[in-house]
Amino acid sequence: MAFESLSEKLQNVFKNLRSKGRLTESDVKAAMKEVKRALLEADVNFKVVKTFIKAVQDRAVGQDVLNGLNPGQMVIKIVKEEMEALMGSTTTEIQLKPGNEITVILMAGLQGAGKTTTTAKIAGKYKQKGKRPLLVACDVYRPAAIKQLQVNGEKQGVPVFSMGDKMNPVDIAKASIEHAAKNGNNIVILDTAGRLHIDEDMMTELIAIKQAVDVHQTILVVDAMTGQDAVNVAKDFNEKVGVDGVIITKMDGDTRGGAALSIRSVTGKPILYIGMGEKLDDLQQFYPDRMTSRILGMGDVLTLIEKA
Amino acid sequence: TKTRDNIASGFDSIFKGFSSIDDDFYEELEEIMIMSDMGIDTTMSIIENLKKKVKEEKIKEPEECRQVLIDSIKEQMKLGEEAYDFKDKKSVVLVIGVNGVGKTTSVGKMASLLKGEGKKVMMAAADTFRAGAIEQLKEWAGRAGVDIISQAEGADPAAVVYDAVSAAKARNVDVLLCDTAGRLHNKKNLMDELKKINRIVEREYPEAYKETLIVLDGTTGQNALAQAKQFKEATDISGIILTKLDGTAKGGIAIAIQAELGIPVKYIGIGEQVDDLQPFDPDMFVNALFDRGDE
Ligand SMILES: Nc1nc2c(ncn2[C@@H]2O[C@H](COP(=O)(O)OP(=O)(O)OP(=O)(O)O)[C@@H](O)[C@H]2O)c(=O)[nH]1
Ligand SMILES: Nc1nc2c(ncn2[C@@H]2O[C@H](COP(=O)(O)OP(=O)(O)OP(=O)(O)O)[C@@H](O)[C@H]2O)c(=O)[nH]1
Ligand SMILES: [Mg+2]
Ligand SMILES: [Mg+2]
Repeated sequence: MAFESLSEKLQNVFKNLRSKGRLTESDVKAAMKEVKRALLEADVNFKVVKTFIKAVQDRAVGQDVLNGLNPGQMVIKIVKEEMEALMGSTTTEIQLKPGNEITVILMAGLQGAGKTTTTAKIAGKYKQKGKRPLLVACDVYRPAAIKQLQVNGEKQGVPVFSMGDKMNPVDIAKASIEHAAKNGNNIVILDTAGRLHIDEDMMTELIAIKQAVDVHQTILVVDAMTGQDAVNVAKDFNEKVGVDGVIITKMDGDTRGGAALSIRSVTGKPILYIGMGEKLDDLQQFYPDRMTSRILGMGDVLTLIEKA
Repeated sequence: TKTRDNIASGFDSIFKGFSSIDDDFYEELEEIMIMSDMGIDTTMSIIENLKKKVKEEKIKEPEECRQVLIDSIKEQMKLGEEAYDFKDKKSVVLVIGVNGVGKTTSVGKMASLLKGEGKKVMMAAADTFRAGAIEQLKEWAGRAGVDIISQAEGADPAAVVYDAVSAAKARNVDVLLCDTAGRLHNKKNLMDELKKINRIVEREYPEAYKETLIVLDGTTGQNALAQAKQFKEATDISGIILTKLDGTAKGGIAIAIQAELGIPVKYIGIGEQVDDLQPFDPDMFVNALFDRGDE
């Protein structure tokens, strides 16, 4: 795909201009058209793009072009800095309760986003760190959802709490905490059914779970390939249920992943991890700067700029 | 229906809010098309064509402009006459796509739909990889009331298809629906596995009609185009099942895919229940893009 294009395009935009000491308004405007296109091709939400472009434009006009950079690289440098500021500059971890208190983590998201798989991945991570996680099967709707969690739990060597598919997820969640307390589990991860952000009954179910048990972290799981709709999804989950952090899955594909930027900008919540495959150890730390390069569709040029 | 309303909101207002066709009008149109995931190239080329027509035909009213737009996209999304031929032949339908888009669920819904039309349907559980995939499909086979051929988790998917093809022939099945594992299009070994499945079908059942449906998640953005492209390189795709249109996503990328690759949408998914699959209706889909359902 268009992985090389933005830097090339920007070079072209500035090709006809003599290398100037300062970025003029018309230079920047021409460049912004290409940046806008790159962001839209990466699936960053249209409205987010508009706001972002405006911010970059305001900042770029009148700036001195640094030594060793051409105007195109200078614009990219500013774009990159603004985007990293938006994305958050550090990597964030899931917050755990102190000592041996039970931390309850609720996994939520649209259908097929990767919740069940990610639940098992996180459990494996904590098990390695010496914690005692318990997985809880709160998806009583999807055919064989419980079985899927059980198989994954077994692969990870982590216990799975289930009460079948005839019970209410709220009651299952409550019972699981008692079970954890009795069995010495200090992290409880609730795998919930996929749901649409506009499905009021299903959204209410999540709220009810949070009222019934002391959920410490609610994690929104989002497919990296999500398009323009990512803002609606993230906004609704955050406003209706409350979200503490985000995990972006299926980053092992070739999507540019602009949804990450959209989600970050509408919720302000940190992206915690990225899913890099179907295997249960394919979970990686999220690095905002790498994500920025990926969305912009460039790697090498940025390293050049960093050196300048 | 809910799909109509969801896709509709947004488009309607722009035609009512403008009294003349000016730059603001086109800009708003562009925004709404991009927000439906149509993609910037497709959006721009549709708008260019529209501008040309508006000039040629001396169109003055936004309302008239809208009709031109609707008609052109409708025309493009029209299905060929042979689109559903597989239903009336002895056929093997391969359902493919990336992870979590709704393949297994769509196989379940399709089985029920076809059975309702009096076809003898069978399923093949060729996703032997994902945890619980076989049990999930078995549950759907039960719901639809059709036979299913499966092996154990971890078995060779091509071997499952081999078994299923012989069973389908022996039992005089009309349509054999094969569920496959989710695979990202950039993973060569997984795409090769798909080719192997195809070769088995070709070799064991050459007289069967082959239908290959790629399932695309309606929520997916521009990457769906890359998915369609690369799956098309590995296998002959004959149609799209566009799922999850019961949400707020508009599935506009299907228009870009039709424009660039000529792959038609044949079914849409509008929920998680057994009857939430519909044959694609271009009129409804496109009208819904630009209309309120209650007009
Ligand atoms: N390639 C890839 N596939 C993934 C990743 N995470 C999950 N998947 C796959 O995506 C599909 C859906 O994952 P699930 O964990 O079942 O998703 P879910 O959100 O629990 O789905 P529902 O419960 O139906 O809403 C499965 O095929 C997973 O193997 C990832 O990071 N990369
Ligand atoms: N809202 C909605 N959900 C759907 C639709 N189609 C499928 N789903 C849900 O999406 C999730 C994933 O569906 P699956 O059928 O398991 O998807 P898949 O492509 O087989 O997934 P893998 O085999 O893991 O790659 C499930 O929770 C389904 O219930 C649809 O049209 N609308
Ligand atoms: Mg699940
Ligand atoms: Mg499946």
